[in-house]
Amino acid sequence: MTMSDNKIGAVLVVGGGIAGMQSALDLANGGFKVYLVEESPAIGGRMAQLDKTFPTNDCAMCTISPRLVEVDKHPNIEIITCSQLQALEGTPGNFTAKILQQPRYIYLDKCNACGDCEAVCPVRLPNPFDEELGQITAIHKHYPQAIPNKYVISKEGLSPCRIGCPAGVNPHAYVSLLAQKKYPEALEVIRRILPFAAICGRLCHHPCETECNRKDVDESVSIRYLKRFIADKVREKGESLPTPVSITKKEKIAIVGAGPAGLTCALRLREKGYAVTVFEASDKAGGMFTSCIPDYRVPKEIADYEINRIIATGIELKINTRIGKDITLEQLRKDYNSVFVSIGYQDPAKIPLEGSETKGVIYGVPFLRDVKLSRKPDGFGEKVVVIGGGNVAIDCAKSALRLGAKEVSLVCLETRDLEHQDRMPAHEWEIEEAEEEGIKINGCLGPKKVVVKDGKVSGLETTCCTAVYDFSTGTKKFAPKFSCETGPTLEADTLIIATGQRADTTGFDELEKTTFRTIKTDSITLETSMKGVFAGGDIVRGPASVIEAVAHGNEAAISIERYLTGQDLKTGRGEKKEGVPLPERKIEKKPRVAIPKEAPEERRKSFIEVEKLLDEETAVAEAARCLSCALCCECLQCVTACQPKAINHEMKATLREIPVGAVILTTGGDMFDAHLKGEYGFGRYPNVVTSIQYERILSASGPFAGSILRPSDKQHPHKIAWIQCVGSRDHSIGNDYCSSVCCMYATKQAIITKEHESDIDVSVFYNDLRSFGKGYEYYTNSARQHGVMYKKALISNIKEIPDTKRLKTTYLDEVTNTPREEEFDLIVLSVGFVASPETRELCKRLNIGLDTYGFNPAEAGRITNNELRPPGETSREGVYAAGVFTGPMDIPESVMGASGASALAGELLASARNTLITQKTYPPERDVSKEAPRIGVFICRCGTNIARVVDVQTLVDFTKRLPDVVYAEENLYTCSTDTQQHIIQMIKEHKLNRVIVSSCTPRTHEPLFQEMLCEAGLNKYLFEMANIRDQCSWVHMDLPLEATEKAKDLVKMAVNRARYLEPLKEQTFTVIPNALVVGGGLSGIISSLSLAKQGFMTYLVEKSDRLGGNIWNITETINGQNPQEYLKKLLSEAENEPLLKVYKNAQLVEINGSIGNYKSKIEYNGKIEEIEHGVVIVAIGGVEAKPTSYLYGQNPNVITQLELEPQITQITPIKSVKSVAMIQCVECRDEKHPYCSRICCTQAIKNALRIKKINPQTNVYILYRDIMTYGMWETYYRQARELGVIFIRYEIEKKPRINTNEHGNLTVTVFDGLIQNEISIPADLLVLSMPVRPQPDAQTLATTLKVPLNTEGFFLEAHLKLRPLDFVNEGMFLAGLAHFPKHINESIVQAKGAAARAATILSKKQMTISGIIAQVDPDECIACLTCVRGCPFNVPKILKNQKMKDGVITDSGVAFIEPSLCHGCGVCVSACPRKAINLAHYKDSQIMAKCEIYK
Amino acid sequence: MGEFEPKILAFCCQFCAYSAADLAGSMRLQYPPNVRIVRLLCTGKVDPLHLLKAFQEGWDGVFVAGCLEGECYFLQGNLHARQWVNYTKKLLKEIGIEPERLEMFNMSAAMGTKFADTVREMTERIKKLGPSPLRAVKDSQEMVKK
Repeated sequence: MTMSDNKIGAVLVVGGGIAGMQSALDLANGGFKVYLVEESPAIGGRMAQLDKTFPTNDCAMCTISPRLVEVDKHPNIEIITCSQLQALEGTPGNFTAKILQQPRYIYLDKCNACGDCEAVCPVRLPNPFDEELGQITAIHKHYPQAIPNKYVISKEGLSPCRIGCPAGVNPHAYVSLLAQKKYPEALEVIRRILPFAAICGRLCHHPCETECNRKDVDESVSIRYLKRFIADKVREKGESLPTPVSITKKEKIAIVGAGPAGLTCALRLREKGYAVTVFEASDKAGGMFTSCIPDYRVPKEIADYEINRIIATGIELKINTRIGKDITLEQLRKDYNSVFVSIGYQDPAKIPLEGSETKGVIYGVPFLRDVKLSRKPDGFGEKVVVIGGGNVAIDCAKSALRLGAKEVSLVCLETRDLEHQDRMPAHEWEIEEAEEEGIKINGCLGPKKVVVKDGKVSGLETTCCTAVYDFSTGTKKFAPKFSCETGPTLEADTLIIATGQRADTTGFDELEKTTFRTIKTDSITLETSMKGVFAGGDIVRGPASVIEAVAHGNEAAISIERYLTGQDLKTGRGEKKEGVPLPERKIEKKPRVAIPKEAPEERRKSFIEVEKLLDEETAVAEAARCLSCALCCECLQCVTACQPKAINHEMKATLREIPVGAVILTTGGDMFDAHLKGEYGFGRYPNVVTSIQYERILSASGPFAGSILRPSDKQHPHKIAWIQCVGSRDHSIGNDYCSSVCCMYATKQAIITKEHESDIDVSVFYNDLRSFGKGYEYYTNSARQHGVMYKKALISNIKEIPDTKRLKTTYLDEVTNTPREEEFDLIVLSVGFVASPETRELCKRLNIGLDTYGFNPAEAGRITNNELRPPGETSREGVYAAGVFTGPMDIPESVMGASGASALAGELLASARNTLITQKTYPPERDVSKEAPRIGVFICRCGTNIARVVDVQTLVDFTKRLPDVVYAEENLYTCSTDTQQHIIQMIKEHKLNRVIVSSCTPRTHEPLFQEMLCEAGLNKYLFEMANIRDQCSWVHMDLPLEATEKAKDLVKMAVNRARYLEPLKEQTFTVIPNALVVGGGLSGIISSLSLAKQGFMTYLVEKSDRLGGNIWNITETINGQNPQEYLKKLLSEAENEPLLKVYKNAQLVEINGSIGNYKSKIEYNGKIEEIEHGVVIVAIGGVEAKPTSYLYGQNPNVITQLELEPQITQITPIKSVKSVAMIQCVECRDEKHPYCSRICCTQAIKNALRIKKINPQTNVYILYRDIMTYGMWETYYRQARELGVIFIRYEIEKKPRINTNEHGNLTVTVFDGLIQNEISIPADLLVLSMPVRPQPDAQTLATTLKVPLNTEGFFLEAHLKLRPLDFVNEGMFLAGLAHFPKHINESIVQAKGAAARAATILSKKQMTISGIIAQVDPDECIACLTCVRGCPFNVPKILKNQKMKDGVITDSGVAFIEPSLCHGCGVCVSACPRKAINLAHYKDSQIMAKCEIYK
Repeated sequence: MGEFEPKILAFCCQFCAYSAADLAGSMRLQYPPNVRIVRLLCTGKVDPLHLLKAFQEGWDGVFVAGCLEGECYFLQGNLHARQWVNYTKKLLKEIGIEPERLEMFNMSAAMGTKFADTVREMTERIKKLGPSPLRAVKDSQEMVKK
């Protein structure tokens, strides 16, 4: 192979479902490098969600799991998850693919899936894998068996609550942690930003709640209160004071003002190791907290508690120190490297009010200070009027009440009407509380004059205020207007003026000010006009909230550090972020918790706190109302828990360019959104579920652990119905096609339901029961035997019965044509496939055509009208397609299509095969056969996964004393790369010749460690594992002693076995790169040509004298393509293909050998030719059954569909025919032939359409049982009905009858259920739709090849779902009608696919056989045939063997097991009465050693 | 003396029962710590010799767990295993050991719950039966050795 044509030997497969996995494996095994791009975090696709698969009821996970692991471990497949193909540039054979990879937030190379992160994650989200029936944590595995076996974080932007908080505190995180009762963790999250959780939990104006998305559902989460709850819970339990942080930086910082801004800034800088001094003018740190906020809002001890914690970090506090008086700013700048000014805004604003100097008139803030110090101002009276409408005014009023005032009222310019633009500035809840306590609010009044009596206040004269603000300039400007009216005069002996505060910037004259006399700073960096001097809090912003002050404190700390370290102050800051919207899922309404408060009459009496503590359960329930809008809450608990440091919350999306030769798209499809069929109530009625949800309900690893329960009450349902065709065959919603799989999956679900609980009453409401696949008819019959009731009817609507939540359905029974009503406990909607919008977008980007439904890229990409091209192609050369992306289909069709697409890629890139793959080479193996066992045991702690339960140290000590153990140690993570390197070192150092890893499961980790042994020069079979995690520490979490004892036993058992382990040689043999294809019909030709084009010599054996088979009889396909043209093209290609040798009139007579190495004899023209080849493809086709009924052969007007085909092309006779009747299912789908022949309905419709095209006046009747136009064929069924083809349904018990009159004229009589009567149809032509039957010589070939047939005589594949093209016999494949009846395009796909499967063998120069095989000891064998009879794979043979027995040479038979054919199950070994057979690696001695642990 | 804690040996096929046991772990299902698993490629390898050896070694109970019938990765291995288990039960009965100490189970890889239930069931069953008579023999042999 050369690279001369510049083709790249790599393929990009987009979509990691079952189709993508198949393509990836075919190509990687066929010598290409594969990049498997998957949008979700794990491969497996839809199949991984399924419980069982039809028609075998195999467990889906059991069948897919080994394949997942195979893809994962394949050296030439790179899985790229969370990624999308963005663009494709270049030419076929030489593309550049641009892949956009979304962040996973997990380093794949570090994550070992221990699950420690999941255990601490507080967020619970609806589990998409369980179709939202169960929950997952934000950090999770996509599903338990996910490959890659790595965690992922679901994250989507930032929650609005977090955006709403001015300081950026993360309520989503602490509320989530509270919901898990993790109070210290929650408090730690708050304290990262806000050191005043208890204070702000009491007085914050909670803009977070304003932003909370939940308000759009019912009410926002009570975030502020929950914060207080967290702080109080932790304080209640007690926590120690922080110890001083050591000073690590040389710079010193001065902070002026010990309010919230100053303290926050001080704390942050102190935490970073800076020396910080805080200058405070008063005698106490805390600012407003300690001086003004009344105790009933924040009790003194609460404020002190939080302030003391800050000071305790080692902050130097200088109280009673005023700048400008005790020390100058200039001095500060000299003594310190940076200064932060946060002096607050505490000076009361004076208003021009006549009489305001009178005794009894006091100011708000000083009053509150007095109150805080438990001082009652001199002459404080009983009738108090407060002037002002803000929060300070309210505090004054409430405090006045608590000081004993009998009557308190409040006067303000603004209105009490809180909806009005001139509303009072105080918070709504403050006003309401005040009113509850009996404070009278007098809005819209301005103070005019203090009424003075005896030199003392006696009242307040007021004026009426008409407007407070002027909005005319577009901004809110304070410009009160008064009417000429005089307002009431209020009686008062004390007047408190609380109309705001003002800035006092004395001592900071050098700093530039704003027009509001506040200090001017940069809005982001808070730097003042003076370099190195920063300012924040109220003195910058004006009177604002605590949380805004804290925000400034944090920001200033960042600026100061940047300033001190010479960084740019602005970079990356001040970016405006948007919160994520309300999640789209259904949210149940739940009212917000009512916060308990002291009764108003109690409150008035003292300064006890108004709000009381909630009980824990209520608080947790309130926290659980959080919707986790951003999914992950970024609490970072996982980061702490993750010992391998595998988590990075800051990961960003990356774009990667990959050179590839070809692309295969297997992106699958979506399931129909059942909400769109409103009449079924999905989303409104909990007991209406989709079929995918039902799969999860059935699944043992699903949300209900495999119990069938109704979602509404988790009770067992007694009556379940399935509704078919939801979103399929539905013109009203634009989905005209059939989804192909629903009839059978509903049947499967119904059977499994019956198997779970046989007394459940199960009904399937269907339209046509489409059992068109291999084994499907048998399957639906068995469902009936299970008691599944099929009802031909479509349910028109569903109503929920409110009290029982049962579902009442109404429908028309189509068999008896009567309307009915029926109730069910649970209804399953059989939703169909739809094209995913993402895939449509992708195709748009790649310039790939799709049909109107978003499928079928091959058809949509057709260049000329009549050209028949392989399905799997797209409109873009070098880009291929498979699976549901190409149209609705089942798993085997997806797998076949995937192999077919692989063949197309293989043909294109044949010259680049084996150029980019890597083959691992290992050092030469050490011969240990002469050595006594030297066992090394490596015991994994798995972080704490094992060590938390099992006493690993004890286990190591125990292990060291076991026989032949020369080395034992413990590892944090045995699977980590560095530990493996270390183990290799230990193997060499201690001359170990047996290695045991005691950790997790060998199912996932054995290959990894075996490779490690190879790298250390040891045979990989000298390895053994003890599973002390999955099967010990994880399942005995509360029993550490017992678990440790069990772990000891498990290790001991492993050691016992290891002593008997032997190195095994894996045999290699040379592959003969030739193929034998049997059968020269369409499938055979296509397989042969594909293999030849891929560079493999191919022998095609055809029994007749011409290639082409059945296709010669087909003149047109239903979509108007000409198969004859296609055949001609293929025949000419075959003629000219140098690597293809065709044998006509030929037959395979003998075959010997095994995979990669066959010798066969071909008999042709009387000669025998011997050929050598590595693979066999069986493509011998099938035949149309010859009718034995309906006067066929007796009346010339009775013909078969295949006989009709050429007649249609002769237009004149057809034109003269007035009436054509077609009977479907003749000699098929009955007791004798219990299978549907899949193609006859479409064939009948095709011929009906062609007749109608020639003569629209011809009456065409199709008498059918179920119309099997699955997939896109359905659109032609619809077309036929529209064109007037008459479809009459008959029951198998009432088959159509025919009569002839004396002229031989035919009449067909049939019972029509719709009119409940017999009708007679005169038919000029009666066309019988006959099934496809196997070739008569199929059995002979099967015997020659030793491959199985099914009961109908079709060849039987290795596995109906995942190995549809393989025989159980390795190296043999099948395609076309020999497998089962199928359409031309399906045969083409299969034929291509079989070629791809064959290429996986032919592309290898050498093959290796597993060492785990059964071997016969010829000296012991007496050829009793027990093994021959027992082997499930028919492998053992009896060979002639000369044997020395009692000194005499006898020529006796002896059993022989061909190593390349043995599967290693061991059935023959246990069956052999003389114990003459051994299964390598599972020898009796090795197994029995494992039994010896008892002491 | 504390309650009798039986020791039970399980032969599990790699494709189904062993996977189910792993899944029980992933699902953190908690079950009694009395069982030790021997992994086989297929239960078809199970031999009366192994089963008898286990009893001889003093295990109080033994079970074999393979794929669901009809779903064996090796087509019929689990059916062969069932035959051998039934056969061995007869032998046990003949030598006076309760045949209930030995059992065959079938489960798929997705049945973590079934595996946990099986362990629970066998543990309960053997607890009721008490220690295997052969365990006492083994005990005394060990005593002599010491």
